[in-house]
Amino acid sequence: MKLSGAEIIVKSLQEEGVEAIFGYPGGAVLQIYDALYDSSLKHYLVRHEQGAAHAADGYARATGKPGVCIATSGPGATNLVTGIATAYMDSVPIIAFTGQVACDLLGKDSFQEADITGITLPITKHNYLVKDVKDLARTIKEAFHIATTGRPGPVLIDIPKDVSIKKTKFDYPAAVHLRGYKPTVEGNKGQINNAARLIGEAKRPVIYAGGGVVTSGASEELFRLAELTLSPVTTTLLGIGSFPETHPLSLGMLGMHGTKAANYAVSECDLLIAVGARFDDRVTGKIDEFAPHAKIIHIDVDPAEIGKNVRVDVPIVGDVKRVLAELNNKLQQHLPTDWQDRIARLKQENPLCYEENGSLKPQFIIEQIYEVTKGEATIVTEVGQNQMWAAQYYKFTKPRTFISSGGLGTMGYGLPAAIGAKVGRPDSVVIDIAGDGSIQMNIQELATAVHYNIPVIVAILNNNYLGMVRQWQEIFYDRRYSYTEITGPDFVKLAAAYGAVGIRVTKPEEVKPALKKAIKARRPVLIDFVVEREENVFPMVPPGGAIHKMLGG
Amino acid sequence: MRHILAVLVENNPGVLTRVAGLFSRRGYNIDSLTVGRTENPQISRMTIVVEGDDLVLEQVTKQLHKLIDVIKINDITSEEYVDRELVLIKVGADPSVRGEIMQIVDIFRARIVDIGRRTLIIECTGDEGKINAVIESLKPFGIKELVRTGKVAMLRGHKFTSINESREDD
Ligand SMILES: Cc1ncc(C[n+]2csc(CCOP(=O)(O)OP(=O)(O)O)c2C)c(N)n1
Ligand SMILES: [Mg+2]
Repeated sequence: MKLSGAEIIVKSLQEEGVEAIFGYPGGAVLQIYDALYDSSLKHYLVRHEQGAAHAADGYARATGKPGVCIATSGPGATNLVTGIATAYMDSVPIIAFTGQVACDLLGKDSFQEADITGITLPITKHNYLVKDVKDLARTIKEAFHIATTGRPGPVLIDIPKDVSIKKTKFDYPAAVHLRGYKPTVEGNKGQINNAARLIGEAKRPVIYAGGGVVTSGASEELFRLAELTLSPVTTTLLGIGSFPETHPLSLGMLGMHGTKAANYAVSECDLLIAVGARFDDRVTGKIDEFAPHAKIIHIDVDPAEIGKNVRVDVPIVGDVKRVLAELNNKLQQHLPTDWQDRIARLKQENPLCYEENGSLKPQFIIEQIYEVTKGEATIVTEVGQNQMWAAQYYKFTKPRTFISSGGLGTMGYGLPAAIGAKVGRPDSVVIDIAGDGSIQMNIQELATAVHYNIPVIVAILNNNYLGMVRQWQEIFYDRRYSYTEITGPDFVKLAAAYGAVGIRVTKPEEVKPALKKAIKARRPVLIDFVVEREENVFPMVPPGGAIHKMLGG
Repeated sequence: MRHILAVLVENNPGVLTRVAGLFSRRGYNIDSLTVGRTENPQISRMTIVVEGDDLVLEQVTKQLHKLIDVIKINDITSEEYVDRELVLIKVGADPSVRGEIMQIVDIFRARIVDIGRRTLIIECTGDEGKINAVIESLKPFGIKELVRTGKVAMLRGHKFTSINESREDD
């Protein structure tokens, strides 16, 4: 029996075990939507295609499974772009389907034509324009394989309208054959031995764990490495959750808004074990002064990350989980030394802190969210101060419970990503920690949450500022607050207008009851926390500065 | 330092854009890039001449490898290889100077491939040094038009840039 391209898409997605799709219809995908109409796939109609891409991304980060989104040609496709770039920067596996004008109209500036494979070339791991329906099933198979293996990333498949209509025999391939794509999984034995030797010799080791640990599901192996070697662990923003922050060896996050303990420890260490991390400038600060006394072991699945930003003593290319397991086998239990005392002291002497003056502080709200949810919630963030406070003051203990746009820093990410996360993990309490600026970038997705009753909680830390930008203006531009004061709507009324629950909180003692009410509601809830307006995120490493030279905190 | 990369790629639409885009996006300096089919119609071969130190070259190679359509990369710079470039030069050639031009053409073992009333087109292949020299020699006559292919290169003897590794021991 022959199937249309659209039916092939549906069948292929079922073959891949896809359960949820986030999308928005239009002319070029009519045929695909027709096939979705009576399929078993659950499609969520978002209110803006950017929301579809972020929701697919949030779904992927929360579950570890690839997220799927779909949009029509032209404006639908271009609306996905920010979401695709966000996923690309953070190595998140999403498959984006876009409709395209029919093959005979390609290249003619046809109605709603946009060269989306050209546009997304630098922000996808790979992309396809499928011009022959016979190539469709194989392409989808390859796309899922590429998106989810090696260093994951977004893959886009552009499908001209006639290809979705034309029919062919459906045969979902069992395997992929890509001679140019064979990710290295197993680490080099010699290098793993070298790493074990360096670790044996180290007096002051620090583990620097990134998103790769979460991606490869290597938290247990990381934990074992830390306990065997008694090495303190600091994580990047995306590495949050890969190591329990309640553990005595946890240093919290490092870098621009990292903890003092983490930044000092890295500056003092004689061995830095980088695991699934990429030495981003927000982490290293001034690169010449980053971990200046340390030998560096770098474990990553992407060979191009090794040696990109820093020189490395022992490079190990491979899947982080496999490499760590192998490495751990070669290590012996270390005995405590002065270094663990030093770490304990660094932590004790430099706790994260803020001034408690009776007003409603954003940091306090995060602490309360932590307490009320007992550290069990999935925390999604927007971008700005809200994001950094969420990273700093919630204590994450499990992977995939902190979801945030790190590499691209996309305002407007949080709410749609939270929706995706909640769809993927319906049993988890999902809270979007938001800023009043960011939330307005994709606030329309409240309608999606209400329509499908996806009970996400939006916690706006409302300072009536583009707070993070204002903070930089305060510190580096002499308090010239150029266009960073931002008015919002009455968020409580807005929530009600969308059919969600709106709660306003202005006093510290109202925080907990509001959170409890929100969790109990089992409906989408928006809490407008009216916080101290000019609170700053500290500590802070000035851009380009050495990470041990921090302001504030 | 200049490096010569022999790169095998899938002969897919857009592969040139992917490679060229990578170079411009990441700020690598391409001296020249040539591309054409190989003995296997599914595979094209690029010869890329790129400027950079070892660190840059390491990054270039690794980033190229990340492209799904890139099958194999061989930095042949430090090996024994043959490289050639082809140039077409249209020079001003009044009858009074044609004899002189033909002498130059002979010396470089180039060829005259078109004779106009006041111009000649000269074709020359060779390594870069030779191409530069022939261009210099013809400059005094007035170069009206010039096109070069960019370098193609191949390892000498029993070494191969091919997808079938075992052939290296033939
Ligand atoms: C799409 C986008 N535009 C601009 C920025 C630059 N930016 C970073 S943080 C920030 C302010 C965010 O304000 P808000 O959401 O209110 O968060 P706050 O810092 O106040 O917590 C801006 C404008 C960005 N990261 N993303
Ligand atoms: Mg704000």
